[in-house]
Amino acid sequence: MWSGFDAVTLARAQFAFTMSFHIIFPAFSIGLASYLAVLEGLWLLTGRDVYLQLFRYWLKIFAVAFGMGVVSGLVMSYQFGTNWAVFSDKAGPVIGPLMAYEVLTAFFLEAGFLGVMLFGMERVGKGLHFTATLLVALGTFVSAFWILAVNSWMQTPQGYGVNEVGQFVPEDWMKIIFNPSFPYRLVHMVIAAYLTTALVVGGVAAFHLLRGQAREASRVMFSMAMWMAAVVAPVQILVGDLHGLNTLEHQPVKIMAMEGHFRSYPDGAPLFLFGLPNQEAGRLDYALGIPKVSSLILHHGLNAPVAGLETAPRENWPPVGIVFWSFRIMIGLGFAMLGLGLASLWLRWRGGLYESRAFHVFALVLGPSGFVAVLAGWITTEVGRQPFTIQGLLRTTDSVSPLASPAVGSSLLAFILVYAVIFAAGLFYLLRLMRLPPHPGEEGPRPGEIVRAAGITPAPAIQPTSVHGEA
Amino acid sequence: MGISFDLTIVFAFIIAFAIFAYVVMDGFDLGVALLFPFYPERADRDVMMNSVAPVWDGNETWLILGGGALFAAFPLAYAILMPAIYTPAMVMLLGLVFRGVAFEFRWRTERARYLWDIAFFGGSLLAALAQGVALGAILQGVTVNGRAYGGGWWDWLTPFTMLTGLAVVAGYGLLGATWLVMKTSGALQQRAFSHAHILAFATLAFIGAVSLATPFLEADYWRRWFAWPGILLTAPVPLAVAAAAVFLFRALAARREVQPFLLSLALFFLCFVGLGVSIWPYVVPGRITIWQAASPEASQKFMLVGIAILVPIILAYTAYAYWIFRGKVDPQAGYH
Repeated sequence: MWSGFDAVTLARAQFAFTMSFHIIFPAFSIGLASYLAVLEGLWLLTGRDVYLQLFRYWLKIFAVAFGMGVVSGLVMSYQFGTNWAVFSDKAGPVIGPLMAYEVLTAFFLEAGFLGVMLFGMERVGKGLHFTATLLVALGTFVSAFWILAVNSWMQTPQGYGVNEVGQFVPEDWMKIIFNPSFPYRLVHMVIAAYLTTALVVGGVAAFHLLRGQAREASRVMFSMAMWMAAVVAPVQILVGDLHGLNTLEHQPVKIMAMEGHFRSYPDGAPLFLFGLPNQEAGRLDYALGIPKVSSLILHHGLNAPVAGLETAPRENWPPVGIVFWSFRIMIGLGFAMLGLGLASLWLRWRGGLYESRAFHVFALVLGPSGFVAVLAGWITTEVGRQPFTIQGLLRTTDSVSPLASPAVGSSLLAFILVYAVIFAAGLFYLLRLMRLPPHPGEEGPRPGEIVRAAGITPAPAIQPTSVHGEA
Repeated sequence: MGISFDLTIVFAFIIAFAIFAYVVMDGFDLGVALLFPFYPERADRDVMMNSVAPVWDGNETWLILGGGALFAAFPLAYAILMPAIYTPAMVMLLGLVFRGVAFEFRWRTERARYLWDIAFFGGSLLAALAQGVALGAILQGVTVNGRAYGGGWWDWLTPFTMLTGLAVVAGYGLLGATWLVMKTSGALQQRAFSHAHILAFATLAFIGAVSLATPFLEADYWRRWFAWPGILLTAPVPLAVAAAAVFLFRALAARREVQPFLLSLALFFLCFVGLGVSIWPYVVPGRITIWQAASPEASQKFMLVGIAILVPIILAYTAYAYWIFRGKVDPQAGYH
């Protein structure tokens, strides 16, 4: 059954599949945790009930999304060993401790305070509860910090040595953590999480505005989301550009694939808008480009020479088609988000932000676009690193576990089946929560219904009567 | 070697501690799920799930910590053992995914609740069985080729691993039943008592069978347990198991509420010590020692700082949470 596939391809497919499912939940919970902190902060500051309504409304959604992020993350933490054993042996001394730190720091913060955040408002007082909300938000950020340090090191490794058995060993932890691509990747990813959340919030608000329900709460969250989109979308485009220039410096081949530059352009490279990369022939078919603009973006000069994939050995080319198109999907969505933000500013100025049905439909359609953009960006950066797991140092084909194709194929199939059931159910429950409008007297996760809290749900989480039978 | 020699032993104990913490803590909450088929009433199931809902996720974090610390401190062992237990590991992960989301989804639906009950039980059963099989697969020895696993993907399937798989299911069931004895009251508690009794018999039978089979797996295990003078050190372990078993049955017969759970934990601890006696100082039994598998001193030192600061805090917090949740679960809790 699996004879047509080699084990490396299957292992990559499995990692890509489980990772793709996993990444959308952290992307959402990083942004949502911060949004919840803002809502609670505004409530404490202004005393307006609508902020509390919205806080409780999104808290229930946060609990479900966070839970799915944790279970899919558990899978990721073991896949390194099961499917990428050689990589684990060689890179373990460098990235293992960073991942252990993620468990120790981020999980600790989340495990410690998520329970208070979910159930504790009446039990611990406003100040302590707000602190817990802030710490959960911090925990999601710390988690991103460590895991992106690992990922960035695999893209732009430094601060390491190689020992006698071929393992990468740490020489300078500061250099390992703060490797060249890390600051750009971290900022780009965290902003992406904020933007993704803003678009979801905006989409849900637009849905309720279109239905004419929950006017006050819908308007407040719509306004907040649109401010976020208007401010953050342009910033994200700028940060993305800086990240791209960083990649050009450290991983030029990835940029060549993203741009579709198979050949070199000694006097100005075109920016291709469309094309079908033909990896075998080494050219871009049906190319449609704007002359010189790529040189302008990458080198800030219309006639700057740009090297193409032809300058790199073919065995070091990433799969150009995937990288080329995932990059364009991300960019296209980024500009659509920018358009949404600008249109919101226009409507705010001219009036009609809460009345324009066309605009609400636009916001609703873009609601899930942040997830697509995050996935497309992730695919661009990870597939663009191929054929290496550690850029320039360790090939993917040399990283994989010594497993037969049927083993990996069967597990891949099992993951697809199980995730289809689990995440379809999760999505169904999430959409059901979002379909209901926020309303005055919105209740949080109910104490009796124990919401799956990642971590230990501490004392104040549960009504004392429901814990101690005798109390 | 100097300090790195010491650090390697320190990390061996840290990982052993994380694994043991995981086994006993997730053990009882998996065990509660394993008993689901014997408690068909919805009210009973609500109480059972609520008895572990506040703590189970923190318990499972130890699995991530154990795996993560093994990866960081003994990357070679992680790289050899994980492919060796590929299939059980995958089954365990998928089982834990099912059971994990069941905690959340079960409360979100009336119509499909029974489906999530099945997911909760089935996922937990697969996870427990797979953990036992993985333990057996590692104990029976894995084929090593250079710095990699050299066996096939069905090597884990032997009569011995089936035995260890069932042993862990029975053991977790015992932890779950004695946990329910401690956390519940009335008719539910009485049923948990009778289940604990049966599962105590089963667990002891499995401990005996695994203990008898293990020395035949490798000559080295045999020498360790039975050769003079090592037997002076090893003999107290089975004697202590026998003593714990006697106390456990007496506590169950006397309808004590807390002691059965603690004595079940003691049984697990003694089995864990027995495993340690069999394996030490190897991390891949008979093939790779902890020193051969250890990551460099720079990695261990860096990580030890975080562990020394954060693990005590996590432990204190965990203890606090368990203290807060002491006492019986209110049967009405699910109906707020």
